[in-house]
Order: sequence, then C-alpha cells, then structure tokens
Amino acid sequence: MMLSKLSTRLRYVGRKLLLSSGEFSAGPKSHARGTHFKYFPCEKPIVAVVLGETQKLNMYQAINHGLNIALENNPRSVVFGEDVAFGGVFRCTMDLKNRYGANRVFNTPLCEQGIAGFGIGLANAGILAIAEIQFADYIFPAFDQLVNEAAKMRYRSGNMFDCGKLTIRAPCGAVGHGGLYHSQSPEAYFAHTPGLKIVVPRGAMHAKGLLLSCIDEPDPCIIFEPKTLYRIAVEEVPVAHYKIEIGKAEIVRSGDAVTLVGWGTQVHVLLEVADLVQEKLGVSCEVIDLVSILPWDAELVCKSAKKTGRVIVAHEAPMTNGFGAEIAATIQTECFLHLEAPVQRVTGWDCPFPHIFEPFYLPDKWRCFAAVRDSLKY
Amino acid sequence: MYCDMVTINVMDKIMYGLHRQGRISFYMTNTGEEAVQIGSAAALTLEDTIYAQYREAGVLLHRGQPLAKFMNQCYGNCEDDGKGRQMPVHYGSKELNFMTISSPLTTQLPQAVGAAYAFKLDKKNACVACYFGEGATSEGDAHAAFNFAATLSCPVVFLCRNNGYAISTPVLEQLKGDGIAAKGPAYGINTIRVDGNDVLAMYYATKSAREFCIKQKKPVLIEAMTYRIGHHSTSDDSTVYRSVNEISQWDAHSPLVRFRLYLESLGLWCQKKEQELIDSTKKEIFRAFGEAECKSKPHWKNLFTDVYKEIPDHIRKQMNQMEKHLEEFKEHYPLSSFTHTK
Repeated sequence: MMLSKLSTRLRYVGRKLLLSSGEFSAGPKSHARGTHFKYFPCEKPIVAVVLGETQKLNMYQAINHGLNIALENNPRSVVFGEDVAFGGVFRCTMDLKNRYGANRVFNTPLCEQGIAGFGIGLANAGILAIAEIQFADYIFPAFDQLVNEAAKMRYRSGNMFDCGKLTIRAPCGAVGHGGLYHSQSPEAYFAHTPGLKIVVPRGAMHAKGLLLSCIDEPDPCIIFEPKTLYRIAVEEVPVAHYKIEIGKAEIVRSGDAVTLVGWGTQVHVLLEVADLVQEKLGVSCEVIDLVSILPWDAELVCKSAKKTGRVIVAHEAPMTNGFGAEIAATIQTECFLHLEAPVQRVTGWDCPFPHIFEPFYLPDKWRCFAAVRDSLKY
Repeated sequence: MYCDMVTINVMDKIMYGLHRQGRISFYMTNTGEEAVQIGSAAALTLEDTIYAQYREAGVLLHRGQPLAKFMNQCYGNCEDDGKGRQMPVHYGSKELNFMTISSPLTTQLPQAVGAAYAFKLDKKNACVACYFGEGATSEGDAHAAFNFAATLSCPVVFLCRNNGYAISTPVLEQLKGDGIAAKGPAYGINTIRVDGNDVLAMYYATKSAREFCIKQKKPVLIEAMTYRIGHHSTSDDSTVYRSVNEISQWDAHSPLVRFRLYLESLGLWCQKKEQELIDSTKKEIFRAFGEAECKSKPHWKNLFTDVYKEIPDHIRKQMNQMEKHLEEFKEHYPLSSFTHTK
C-alpha cells in the first residue's frame, strides 16, 4: 500500500517536472538542454486556403480546439483519462469540463488498461470516445486492450460490432529531459497490429486536422503527439472543422537528389538536414512527412524513391524492428532497379532512451547529414 | 427456464461428442453451470447488453439464439455471423445484444464498464451484465473494471461464476481471502453472494441487482457459487487434477437435478415429460448440426475483410496477391469449399 502510494507520487513528480519545464529557453544554470531541432511552421497550409479564417495556435491549443469541436458537434462524445478534468498535464483538455460538464469530460482512475478497455466499451455502445494516455511510455498496460480487443472487434464479430468511435491520444517522443519513461515513440509496436490506424502530427495544424480525422474514422485510431511540439509548434491553424487524410504522406519539400522520410518531430530535423545538404553539398533533398504510420503511403514514398534513387528513413525509436525497417523493405521490393544506394535508416540506437545521453541517442541533423553524404557517395 | 437448462446440457453432450469424432475443432461445455447462466439470463432484458467470457452459451440461448446459429458458429460455415474467423463457442449476436466473445480473459470487464457508462449518458433504462469466472479476477483488467465502475458510477452487474477451477488451478491457489464477494465492498461495490446452483436464487439475485443498478446508477457484484462439472475445454482432461469422486458428488446435486426435483415436488414435471424433452431436444440438435455441417465455408476473401471498415490499399494488394497465387496453385488449397458468397 505504502509502496504503491510512493510510486504513484514519484510518477507525478516526473510529470510535474515535465510540465514546469515546458519552456524550452533553458537558462545557463538549467540542466535541461534546448531542443535538438528547429521548428519549421507548415509552409503549405493546404486546407487553410479553403477554410478561411485562421488563428495562431501552438499544438496543445490546436488539439484543444479540435477536442472542443468534437464535443460541440456530437452530444454523444466524451473526453477522459488521467488528470483530464483540470486540463491535462499538457493542457490539451483545458476548459473542456467547464464547457461540456463533468459527465462528458472526466478523470479516470490511474490505470491505462482500464482507460483503453473503458473506451472500447463506450465506442461499442456508440459513444464517441476520446481517451488520453498521459504518456505513450505508459501505454503498455493498455497494449492487450488495444491490440487484442480494439483492433480485432470488427473482424472477430464478422462486422457485427466495432469500436471505430475510439480515439486514443498519447504524447510521445523526445523532449530533451524525459529519460527512459517520458520519451519513447512506440508507434512500431502498434503498427504491427491490423485493425488499428496510427498517425503522428508534425505541428499544430496537422494535430488538429489529424485528430478530427481520427475522431471521424470508422476504425479505432491512435494519435501519437510529439510532446516537445506542444508549445513550440506555433502556426496559423484554421478555426473551422477540417481533416487531414489518414494514410496519406506529404511532400514537405521537393528535391531530386535524396529522399528523406520522417514523421513527427523528425520532419523538422530532416528539413534542417535538407538545408545543410543544400548548403554544404549543393544538392536538394525531398523531405516527406509520412503523417500516417498505419496505413502508410507507400505509393508516395516509392514514387519519390524512384525519382531520387536514394532514401534515408529517420525516426526516434530504436532501429531494430522500427517502422523504418518496414519502409526500407517496401522500397527494396518496389524500387530495386531505381536505387543508386542502399536505403539507410538513421534512428535511435537499440538502447533504452537515455536521460543525459539524449544528444547522442537521437537521429539528429548531423547523423542524418552524414547518412545523406554517404548515400550520395555510394 | 428448465427447458433451456436441459437444452444447453444436451447440446453440450452432443457437441462434445462431435469434437471427439473430429467433426468440430474445439468445444467448451457449460455442464454444472446451467443455473448461473439461465437464472441470470431470465432476470435480464434484451435491452441489457451482455459482455460474456466463453462459458455463457446458456445466456445466449435463453435470449433466443436459435440452435442453428450455435452450430453455424462451431462449424465456421458460410452462415456463421462471425464469418468463420473464431474458434468454436466464440458466439456473438447483434440483435440479442450479446457482444462477440474473445479469448483473452477479463478484457470484457472494463469494456462492460464503458458500455454501462454509455447507458448512463444515454439515460437508458437498462444495464450491462458482465460474466466472468473467478480465475479472471486475478487479471489486472478485473481490478481496472471494478475500480472504474465504482468511481464512475456505472450501471453494470458483474456476474462472477465461481466454479472452483481456472482450467486446472483450484480456487484456493487462485486467491486468498473470502472469495470474490469480499472484494466488492473494498471497491465500494454492493455485492451479493448467491448459490449459483439454485436457478431461482440466481434469478432473484440478478433481478434485484439489475433493479438496484439501474435505479442507483451504480455497479453490483454477484458471486455465484457453482461447480464446473465438465472439463475446461475439449483440450483438457480434468481427472488429471481432480478426483472422479469429487466430480460425481457435484454431479449428483447438479443444478439440473435440483431444479427438476423442485419442479416435480410441485407437480409441474415428471419423468415422462423429462424424457420427451430430452428426445425432442436431441432431435432438434442433430438436425441443426447436420445442416450446419453440410454448409460450405465462407468465401476465402473473408480472410481479408472487416479488418477495417473499408479495405485499405495494402490489404487489397495482399488479397490480389493471394488470388494470383491461388490461380496457379489451386490444387493445393481447399478452394472448392471456400468459394461460397453469401
């Protein structure tokens, strides 16, 4: 009893630390380092053009706006999870309880498997269920519910039942000081599960559009939100309801020498790499934001691979069995005769995510740059 | 109620035999637990949603599932609502509000709580009934479900069939303390322990639990004390871990025997009626499984559908790949029985 209470408290301390150091302009005395990337606001607000009015928002505000729209549009929708009622540890659910009532925006006990199972039950009964897992690092107790239950509900019942109204949100990825248990990117574990859909936004505009897509999607979805972007990612976000298609990747920058594929925070690293390559090697890179992990846009990636003949895939998660392996294998099958160099993966090392060694662990711009150079020299 | 108890008992015996003849791949009997199932089912309505484990065929039967549907599922034929994807006894029914069974243990508990919360939101005059064995309560999902149901005030009736064994593990090796019922108050859940072999007690316990939970918008836990007279499944021989003597003692006082004696004492039943019922039930079941056995399997393409609402490109591609492969190697696959389109 005592022990469990203590560990609960410790876990909260960890969460608080992350919260309070949400500002990333680390002072000279701070042990937290700055970000390993430069944020590139969305240059091609594809949807914004049509949708008119926009508002300057960071990513947690954009998500908050998305949730607000979902709750407003559908009276049979709920938002729940640990500490969600007061606004969430990352502030994504701020003010929602006041607007929609404690019946529709509420805290659950501290129990991820419960949150996932409870959400599946809601969705089975036709309620739009938007669950927050406080950190993707803590999603594993919910693994069984998501992989064996949510993903297989439609299939095993011969389409009699489904929990397509379930959306799981989970903050993921490196944040500069998250250590082993506030930094992981577990998308590949879930990408091995037919029946789930998985997306990762790279900024505010994508977060809102993808969230609203997940909510409308008739299949259970997980949206992994790179937590380091919650405050940094500021851009003009359409005020109205809009969606970004699940399963479609996006060419963020066109180029012809090397294709760089990433998602989430890594897209920004790759954009900086593209600048570096242009400056130092004088060639252009094509940067692709995969956006959607499952299903993923093999067509767009392979088209680019055939054009450039060289591909680098980069992700924060460890290399072995990371989603990069899937992409590399597909490119090998589809584009074999077009390739000028082997597809390379630049990823987190096959180690747990290390606290103070984060700068050495991440697939940062210099490791990616080196891979591009090697690919060009091959 | 008694007829359904007999039907499930007879069906189990026949299906068990069919498995022994190699005609179905697997089966799980409900023998000894007919009262828990039928008694509770009789107290619920079709508005109530059922989240069951895998030993609740009687509940589904009592709700009106025709025998043919049970057989179609066990044979995985083209009439199976589950399209042949699951092992036998993984039943489900949309119209009877009975969620499709999944094999992982206890996963249905937190889901039942979520569904119950939905009922509360929708202000439905109904509850969710969630069945599980005593072994299931050792899983983390049970704790999650009890705690969520209590803290979020969900109208769910947790129906624990304490049948003494989780496969081979006796209840004494499963949990300490005073059974499952003792856990209820610790979670803040109103709890009843009932003689699960007394079908009328089971009926009244469930009826009052249902009324309480709908009125109060709160969960209720029922621990039904029973005994699994049959083996865990067709893959199990329970005499390896329990004595034949123990089984026959329980068998002599089975819920069926008890209810029959009671009905006979009231002059409502007799040996003649009993024999007629058994004979007609057998006949009906033989006919149902005979028909089910003759039906072809679902089209092989059903392997690829319903993963998602719409087939995504990558799965369609794989399906086309398989189709091409089958064209070339058709003689190596049981294609002829897998080309039926519903």
